[in-house]
Amino acid sequence: MFSRAYRTAITLPPLLWVTVFLLVPYLLMFCYSFWSVSPSQAILHTWSLDNYQQLRHVDVYWQTLLRSMWIAARVTLFSLLLGYPLAYFLSFYAGKRKDLFYQLVVIPLWVSYLVRAYAWKTILGSDGVLNTLLQYVHLTRHPLEFLLYSPFAVVLTLTHIYTSFTFLPIYASLEHIPRNLVEASHDLGASPAQTFWRVVFPLSIPGVLAGATFAFVLSLGDFLAPQLLGGPSGIMISNIVVSLFGAAYNWPLGAAISFCMLVLVVSLLFVAERLEKKWSFA
Amino acid sequence: MVTGEQIAQATSAGVASTSLLEIRNVAKSFGKNVVLRNISLQVAEGEFLTVLGESGSGKTTLLRIIAGFETATSGELWMGRERLDVLPPYKRRVNTVFQHYALFPHLTVEQNVGYGLTVEKQTKSEVASRVERALAQVKMTAHAKAKPSKISGGQQQRVALARALVKRPKLLLLDEPLSALDANLRRQMQVELKSLQREVGISFVFVTHDQEEAMVMSDRIALLRMGGLEQVATPREIYSRPATAYTAQFIGHTNLLQGEVRGGIMHCGSLSWKTNSPDGPYLLSLRPENIHLIGSSLRAGAVRLQGKLQQRAFHGATELLRVECADGLIVSVRAGARTEWQGELEFEFDPADAVPVRASAERI
Amino acid sequence: MELCLSEANHHSGRAGWLFGHALLVFAFLYLPIVVLIVYSFNGAGVGGFPPRDLTLDWYRTLLADGAIWESVVNSLLVAAAAVVIALGLGIPAALALDRAQFPGKALFRRLVLLPLILPGIITGLSLLMLFNLGKVKLSLLTIILGHGTALISVATTEVFAGLQKFDRAQEEASLDLGATYWQTFLRVTLPNLKLSIVGAALLIFTLSMDEIAVSFFLIGRDNTLPLEIWGRLRRGITPEINAISTIIFVFSLAAIVLWYRLRLGTEGSPETAAELIEPAEQGAQS
Repeated sequence: MFSRAYRTAITLPPLLWVTVFLLVPYLLMFCYSFWSVSPSQAILHTWSLDNYQQLRHVDVYWQTLLRSMWIAARVTLFSLLLGYPLAYFLSFYAGKRKDLFYQLVVIPLWVSYLVRAYAWKTILGSDGVLNTLLQYVHLTRHPLEFLLYSPFAVVLTLTHIYTSFTFLPIYASLEHIPRNLVEASHDLGASPAQTFWRVVFPLSIPGVLAGATFAFVLSLGDFLAPQLLGGPSGIMISNIVVSLFGAAYNWPLGAAISFCMLVLVVSLLFVAERLEKKWSFA
Repeated sequence: MVTGEQIAQATSAGVASTSLLEIRNVAKSFGKNVVLRNISLQVAEGEFLTVLGESGSGKTTLLRIIAGFETATSGELWMGRERLDVLPPYKRRVNTVFQHYALFPHLTVEQNVGYGLTVEKQTKSEVASRVERALAQVKMTAHAKAKPSKISGGQQQRVALARALVKRPKLLLLDEPLSALDANLRRQMQVELKSLQREVGISFVFVTHDQEEAMVMSDRIALLRMGGLEQVATPREIYSRPATAYTAQFIGHTNLLQGEVRGGIMHCGSLSWKTNSPDGPYLLSLRPENIHLIGSSLRAGAVRLQGKLQQRAFHGATELLRVECADGLIVSVRAGARTEWQGELEFEFDPADAVPVRASAERI
Repeated sequence: MELCLSEANHHSGRAGWLFGHALLVFAFLYLPIVVLIVYSFNGAGVGGFPPRDLTLDWYRTLLADGAIWESVVNSLLVAAAAVVIALGLGIPAALALDRAQFPGKALFRRLVLLPLILPGIITGLSLLMLFNLGKVKLSLLTIILGHGTALISVATTEVFAGLQKFDRAQEEASLDLGATYWQTFLRVTLPNLKLSIVGAALLIFTLSMDEIAVSFFLIGRDNTLPLEIWGRLRRGITPEINAISTIIFVFSLAAIVLWYRLRLGTEGSPETAAELIEPAEQGAQS
């Protein structure tokens, strides 16, 4: 139906832009990852796998990467634990107030991430709201140090951010489940608990996978929360990359780490997509 | 084997036949919207009862109340000596075949059919053997390992049936299960369903808006209109002795005639005949097939009717004619198909076939 | 689609537990923001309990803070430009994905959508390398290019979703009646996509205003608002930041209410909105 000219007109500009501003930069990053930096801070275009080796063998990089994955895993788990029952409640029990509750869940997503992370910083500090509150009501006598500048703070803040993220796809997939399936299950003698595990949950798995994927990938690559709230023990891999592009000035190494993250993300997406296909029954 | 007619007669006569389900004064409103008014009905053991009605008549709501997906605003449901309506759906010995089948998309046909047994915690072997028998009964053995998305609508319907029957419920509810099928498949399934019901011997409560379907399959029909029961009777009775004008018109075709009896004579427009009915106004239902072409002469006691042909509808073996009589009365007549109808036509009917019916009130 | 069981009293126990959980989650999501707002009026600083000395001082300080307002202006500029770029390329991209076949289409689709889920710093630093190669000086322009590129994915997703709801027959009718492709696009396609486009614009604008990860690498001498705040945070915390945060919150609230009203205008159900927001929201942390 559409002429060649039309199709070219809609295809060419975005294609060109995306090639110049996405594809080329990623490829450039890929190239950089094989280069190295001279002591005088010049980029040497010698090709080697040194950077990747450093990533694997230098403790600070490797440990940080593992810690980042561990933090991301916990954030994902907690976000799902918070987000799933919320989505289930809204979808099956909220009735007329479903709309209102839905808006309430989505609003925090639109509030600046920085603002929310900052809020937690003011709450969790030793002079922060939480500590002074606890002391005020005499639950504690000294400020709890672990609240801020720790992996705990990072996990807490990121969970706060990503709970709404995991909620959305889970809610969408729950809404898609025809209600007559739930009725059929009850009709056949399954209790509500049995119905949930045998019918509702399996059919919501694609939503869970989608939510888990975003939460994991985006918290893995986060640098803001660890910077503000992580302290030395809460540094994540993105902070290292940022410093390699800043004070530590080693672009090639930074590029190598970034490229690894890119590969990790793309593989995770690929796996998640395959799993989602397996679990979706249109 | 007890015939449907026998069951129906026993139930209608109020004889203490085995009544399986008793619906007592059940009413249902959604907010201000009254959907069911004071329904009282009994379902006998082994009977095929159809709840027939237009959309909005409340038939699906009634079914859902029996299944347990809705609670009645007032009234009770009794199964034997026990109250049914206080139980949640998963505790009732009632199973449903849903309108769009509601098969679980993530389970195979086998797993779907075995679902109700699995949640009862039956042993694997017990489940397997019962599922096998159920699938054989609905002729779906070959598709046991398929997923619902891969089988046709008619096949899905059989699986839904097997899934419900394998639980050996006391009562099976069917919510317009055939409405999504095309005409030929539908007719075939009507026959199969009927013989299946006879075979397993459990009571079926079948909901439909299709009056032909109801007549073909049922032992009794409960006609529902605007939330109230218009008439409950066997198909033959409901057809030949409709209680109200609505029933007469909803089931089959009919001519509704206004008449008045004065001094032993029924006056109906320009027609009249002798009658024993008391004086007063009457509404009469006269079926088109009870109006016959006059043969060589008028039969004894018959009333003559003549008029001009206005329209004809060809139905294969018969035709439905629209005839306009002298005084403006228009009647439908069913006659054998003919290539041509000439001039003034003359018909006759037996006054006994003009059945008095109640006018249908706006509210019952 | 409401489960009838909400009527029945069999499940009040479960519903109660779930409702309690929902309340807890809402509390978790909103308390930090509430605290933030409350303490923006606190004379004694960002911490400490209970808050006392209610004052508008911090807002007064904020009003006088030239650097912040400069960065606000910069952010607004960047956001507006980002909307133009993202839509200008995202709309054709959505159309192309919907109706054109070309070699590399699969790769193109993945590439366009990648910035939604890839951590922002990766996109940011790879663009930095590009600009470095091209000897382009870092400035608001580079930030604009960065935001625009990263947010094309949001535009594409929203417009693509809008296209799915659109009846193709309308365009065919237009062509049949003699309009050219361009006329059909202007008179039929675009008006039908109006809602998706406006929704996308709102979303892109908001995301751009909050963007840090990509901006971090591409910044020149002029700060955007988030980066200005970020800089302050490194130096020390005052409730002035609470004040600006509160103002940001109010604007975000207004934006989402507006967006939601727009959505409900046509779609009418939050479930479809969920499907539309969901891929777009992935970009919130770019």
